[in-house]
Amino acid sequence: MDTPQTHQFKVIGTRPVRHDGLDKVIGRAKYGADYSFPGMLYGKVLRSPYAHARIKSINAEKALRLPGVKAVVTHDDFAPQTTAPVYRMGGEAAVNPLYLASNILAKDKVLYAGQGVAAVAATSPHIAEEALGLIEVEYEPLPIVLDVLDAMKPGAPIINTTIRRKERPDEETNIAGEFQFKRGDIEAGFKSADIIVEREFRTEMVHQGYIEPPNALGIFSGDGHATVYTSTQGPFDVRIMSATLLGLPEGSVKVVPAEIGGGFGAKLTVHIEPVALLLSKHAGGRPVKMVMTRTEMMRGATGPTSGSVLRVRMGATRDGKIVAAKCWFAYEAGAFPGSPVWLGCFTGLSPYNIDNFLVDGYDVLVNKPKTSSYRAPGATNAAFAVECVVDELAQRCGMDPLDFRIKNASREGTPSVMGPKFPRIGCVEVCEALKRSAHYQTPLAQVPGKYRGRGVAIGFWINGGMQSSAIVNVHADGTASLVTGSVDIGGSRASTAMVVAEVLGLRAEDVRPAVADTDSIGYTDGTGGSRVAFATGLAAYQAANDVVRQLKERAAKIWEISPEDVDWIDGKAVSKRNGVAPLTLKDLAPRLTRTGGPVTGRANVYATGVGPSFAGCLVDLEIDPDTAKVQVLRCTVVQDVGKAIHPSYVEGQMQGGTVQGLGWALNEEYVYDEKGNLRNASFLDYRMPTCLDLPMIDPVMVEVANPGHPLGVRGVGEVSIVPPPAAVANAVSAAVGTRITDLPISPPRLYRILAARHG
Amino acid sequence: MPIVFIPSLLRKFTGGKESVVIPGRTVGEVVRNLDQQFPGFRDQVVENDDLKSSVAVSIDGDLAVGGLLEQVSESSEIHFVPAIGGG
Repeated sequence: MDTPQTHQFKVIGTRPVRHDGLDKVIGRAKYGADYSFPGMLYGKVLRSPYAHARIKSINAEKALRLPGVKAVVTHDDFAPQTTAPVYRMGGEAAVNPLYLASNILAKDKVLYAGQGVAAVAATSPHIAEEALGLIEVEYEPLPIVLDVLDAMKPGAPIINTTIRRKERPDEETNIAGEFQFKRGDIEAGFKSADIIVEREFRTEMVHQGYIEPPNALGIFSGDGHATVYTSTQGPFDVRIMSATLLGLPEGSVKVVPAEIGGGFGAKLTVHIEPVALLLSKHAGGRPVKMVMTRTEMMRGATGPTSGSVLRVRMGATRDGKIVAAKCWFAYEAGAFPGSPVWLGCFTGLSPYNIDNFLVDGYDVLVNKPKTSSYRAPGATNAAFAVECVVDELAQRCGMDPLDFRIKNASREGTPSVMGPKFPRIGCVEVCEALKRSAHYQTPLAQVPGKYRGRGVAIGFWINGGMQSSAIVNVHADGTASLVTGSVDIGGSRASTAMVVAEVLGLRAEDVRPAVADTDSIGYTDGTGGSRVAFATGLAAYQAANDVVRQLKERAAKIWEISPEDVDWIDGKAVSKRNGVAPLTLKDLAPRLTRTGGPVTGRANVYATGVGPSFAGCLVDLEIDPDTAKVQVLRCTVVQDVGKAIHPSYVEGQMQGGTVQGLGWALNEEYVYDEKGNLRNASFLDYRMPTCLDLPMIDPVMVEVANPGHPLGVRGVGEVSIVPPPAAVANAVSAAVGTRITDLPISPPRLYRILAARHG
Repeated sequence: MPIVFIPSLLRKFTGGKESVVIPGRTVGEVVRNLDQQFPGFRDQVVENDDLKSSVAVSIDGDLAVGGLLEQVSESSEIHFVPAIGGG
């Protein structure tokens, strides 16, 4: 049988230079901040100095009198919003428009330091900045709560007085959501366990750390239409969110996606796009450009991801079978509901086939920025806790950590934590590939005077499908163009163009991919959830096959036979009836005019058949006993990628996710003072790893074809971030002989552990 | 008949039952029949004649993209799950 594993592809699996590469390398690619228009104004946002305060008044009269100031807006200038969720804002999940608007420009209360309060448009950035200082805001400071466990206690300062738990409708609370997954008999499961491990873990709030700060250029035209140029992962999300907040029909807003300098989930929502439009509207339709500073971005106006408290109890039999697991996860939502805690609840135990489990999750409000998505949202926190406990269980069972995982691994037909059974998955294959790797086969040499350790962990991510559109145009010279609505973050132009080239029998270079604005392509969900190579790739595949259908008709016309008598084999039209020479697309393209006119293929998909992903991470590290600095010596990442369309870009995703996971493990954290002010709001103080900190990350691709996709494709963008923090923690635990439970494992924290254990 | 697996937080509406065998040719019919047997269930998953925006349905392991209109077979396994987001 011809499968994605056995089929001899001509383009898929090769490594051509990306179509957008040259423009990006020489600086010609246009990012959001590169757009300019005549008469353009510059917008700036006044942000709250308080982490929690009532806004008693806002007086912008002095600011408006400053020469060059053209508009000042506040929350009240948005169209009135309610808390009723709006479907399709933010993909398949819902977005609460009142919370969305209030997060951008505060309504009545500020809920975290850095939240927007008012915005100014002026003829220069400097005048706009000066005008911010002239806006008079009278605040009434309120008590704050920053810690997730403190926020859950009775008597904690309440951030949103309208939120109630279903079970206790009379009590104000900071618990904005509760989730639970349950199977089997948890008590009986623990009774049958010979070994039980129970620990509590903590992780801190971290930022996605993309290079390009959020930006937007809004033009509110006089005819009721509006246009936004912006760096976003989801142009259609920006369209409906901006239209909703401005009270416009969705179709009256056009979003032009710029090139994007990273997003990792944070750019799936709006940050300043509606403000740029609002300012433009109040400034008589003049274009308004806004570019956040790094400090604004880091203080949280853009949404980092949750810190968390994670309690895990797991039991196993002496021979290494996990028989029960109990998890309790509390995630910081920030100032508005919506942490990814339920995804942590779902993903944490999913690598394992466990008959008895109970997972409880809590979405908790704290006076920190509203969290937003970050690469496999919620999964990294949960995996950190679960994989550390699994590692300890394996150790106490006297088993190799990978053998332990393989023995308990989820396989095809295993019910996932949510219930539905897994299709063909590669959890076992990932563990086996890790075990076979040269890295694992090479013992870690110890060095006198240093602590050295090796750690391993695995992780799971569900991946997304959702909606995509694609158009393929055939040109007379025998090349083609591909138009999609998927912003290209990780090489998706190249991968989708390669799919089209494979179907049409062209070289990758002969298919020119373009990312269209929201007026020029059908609805397409955002670039997130590792969905683009899968779902937009599927749309591209179907659009290319639509072209093939039409080309077969044209060949049939030329050969004067029925289209049913034409096959398309290896990129050529082949007659079943007579011995004529096959016709390639390049042969047919010049003859389109005389056989019926232009050929355009199109497809719109709501993709099903999503293939979940598993990854594993193996880390060797060394700790300096004097400074407690951790140096990663060697790191291997293994991932089930389904079918790698462009292996280099898949490997790049695996390496990128791993590096972010290593940073999360070792250094990255939001550091707040007691008043709720972020003390490390720059890349100088928020310590992300650089290429000087890390060794080469060795990627090992495992290809277990996804049966739900014609080419076997699985999403590849996210899962590699999931296992590194646990792998690092397990390696440090092995090195120092103390179980690590808190992230980041930064020198100050590790120094205290070393001092306590070794003096 | 299709079998519906009840999320743990909704089992209070089904008398603690983890799964229920219930007739129906579409997700909408299944939900309607569930609500007849277990009053109040529909309001937990349906709003304005569509699935709640926070709820998704999995049929035989795949997302039911048609929501309440999605067809189910006699042997379908139906799960109500949270709607997904990603990064």
